[in-house]
Amino acid sequence: MSNNSNLQLTVDGKEKSGGNIVLKIVIYVLCTFLAILSILPFWLMFVNATRSTVEIQKTAISFLPSVNLFKNIAILQDKNMFKPWLGFLNSFVIASGATVLAVYFSSLTAYAQVVYEWKLKNAFFSFIVAVMTLPAQVTMVGFLQMCYKFRLTNNFLMLILPSIAAPSMVFFMRQYLQPALPIEIVHSARIDGAREFYIFNRIVLPIMKPAIATQAIFSFVGSWNNLFTPMVLISDTKKYTMPMMVSLLRADIYKTEFGSIYAGLTLTILPLIIVYIVLSKYIVAGVALGSVKG
Amino acid sequence: MKKKKAYDYAKFGYIFSIPFVIAWLIFQLYPILYTFLVGFTDLKGAGVTDFNILWSTPFKNFADVLGNKTFRTSFTNTLIIWGCNFVPQILLALLITAWFTDRRSTIKGQGLYKILFYLPNIITQATIAMLFAQLFMYPKGVINDLLIQLGIFKDGPVEMLRNKTIARSVIIFIQTWMWYGYTSIVLISGVLGISPELFEAAEVDGANQVQTFFKVTIPSIKTVLLFTLVTSLIGGLNMFDIPKLFLDGGPDGSTMTTSLYIYNNACQGTYQYAKASAASMIMFVVITALSALMFYMLRDKDEVALRKLIREQEREYRRKQKMLNSK
Repeated sequence: MSNNSNLQLTVDGKEKSGGNIVLKIVIYVLCTFLAILSILPFWLMFVNATRSTVEIQKTAISFLPSVNLFKNIAILQDKNMFKPWLGFLNSFVIASGATVLAVYFSSLTAYAQVVYEWKLKNAFFSFIVAVMTLPAQVTMVGFLQMCYKFRLTNNFLMLILPSIAAPSMVFFMRQYLQPALPIEIVHSARIDGAREFYIFNRIVLPIMKPAIATQAIFSFVGSWNNLFTPMVLISDTKKYTMPMMVSLLRADIYKTEFGSIYAGLTLTILPLIIVYIVLSKYIVAGVALGSVKG
Repeated sequence: MKKKKAYDYAKFGYIFSIPFVIAWLIFQLYPILYTFLVGFTDLKGAGVTDFNILWSTPFKNFADVLGNKTFRTSFTNTLIIWGCNFVPQILLALLITAWFTDRRSTIKGQGLYKILFYLPNIITQATIAMLFAQLFMYPKGVINDLLIQLGIFKDGPVEMLRNKTIARSVIIFIQTWMWYGYTSIVLISGVLGISPELFEAAEVDGANQVQTFFKVTIPSIKTVLLFTLVTSLIGGLNMFDIPKLFLDGGPDGSTMTTSLYIYNNACQGTYQYAKASAASMIMFVVITALSALMFYMLRDKDEVALRKLIREQEREYRRKQKMLNSK
């Protein structure tokens, strides 16, 4: 009945508004414009990465690639300052380590929230929510001083270990686990003699796989893109992360190598572009769940 | 027996929360407290860890920072850049939300559009900042060339980024461009969470699309909108990567933000840790106040009302019980 009336309304709606088609065209044109705007800077970057400095000096704007990409990359390598492979490796080590710790310990903390009844449970959860929005900038001086004291500057561990405490991820994991975990599973595992830690590792973690996957993507990308903390902590150029490598392209030795700068920039985001092409569907779905920090 | 078992399990709640708590104490609480302490000292100089507390003038650093012209400019800049990016961002996101969730005319290819709108958000901000600096290059940059070819720049290339307003506008554009896709996706998912019956009722009552959007959709996603507003504001107050790598705060401090001010004080020049700490704490107070405001506004009013009702009914029930008992 209600379905029927619905159908009627849709038909009526279409008949009523002749202006609908104009509006639709406007919508498609604007959306397509925005979509092009999203890609355009990166396309211009890629095109100029394939053009020689001479070509760029003739006309900086071009939409068609040239043939000098590898020459430009060779120039970068010759100058021996901006090292994308090193940046890639360092960022990969930090981002992987931080992601594994964040995902595992956030799941564990969320599990403690959902399965057990303990006195301080609710207070602890309120606390997690309260500290969720605390940014790195306000703790920076104290963090840096701590690293000086224990001689831990230039140490990747200081960029990896803090992610054991990731309040917003705990929040998300708890929201996911609460409806997704049938408590009977835990009970029956206990009857079978499984210990609590075993239950979490072998039974609960697999149930959380979808949430873990989403959170892992965002944690990894967030850590990969982070500039502030590594920049404060790391001064050794051998330990520069990818975003820090980008800042080296500012150096005077690259000033006139326009093509190479574009090539360098392209190399820094290539891994992310590939990841995004493969995982974009899940990433957009993850954003829709409100899982990303603003 | 059963009771004892329940008690046994409770301890795992604590045990499993220990790693989080320890990591938080070491990497969050200790640095905050230490930053707070350093704010009252004379700590400065690269790598120095010894300091004296300023007993006679404890609030000197705070007063210095608040009176500092650069800090004040950076604070206004931060607010201007955030405000000028948030307004177009939320309007564009609302427009996209209205179009993509309209039940009477479906837009095809939404999935692809969303993926493309969100793309700039996932790319390293450092790279984006450098890329835009390159695109606006003088004299041979992409934007200069484009504007010359279009006939807008008739007298040859212009050094646009020397201009304060243009420099700031480019950062504002980058921020809007990076974030409207994220905001759209969040708002759309908020609208999809509204009960369809609400829209059906509006349709039955003869509301058109515009009326439905303003009278049904927007009020229903009020919480999501507030959430977006406050998280965006907190993120905006911490803006660092783009101003740092785009023009490093220039020209003439017009793209200097508070985070950049803190970084420049603590990690450059004379390494003024104490001043940076004071500035950090001032930002901490601002951000905490805003977060508190968010939680106050986001609290579930219905739930609060429901709890109050339950309490009242319980009281009523007990009163009646008492009366019955006394009879």
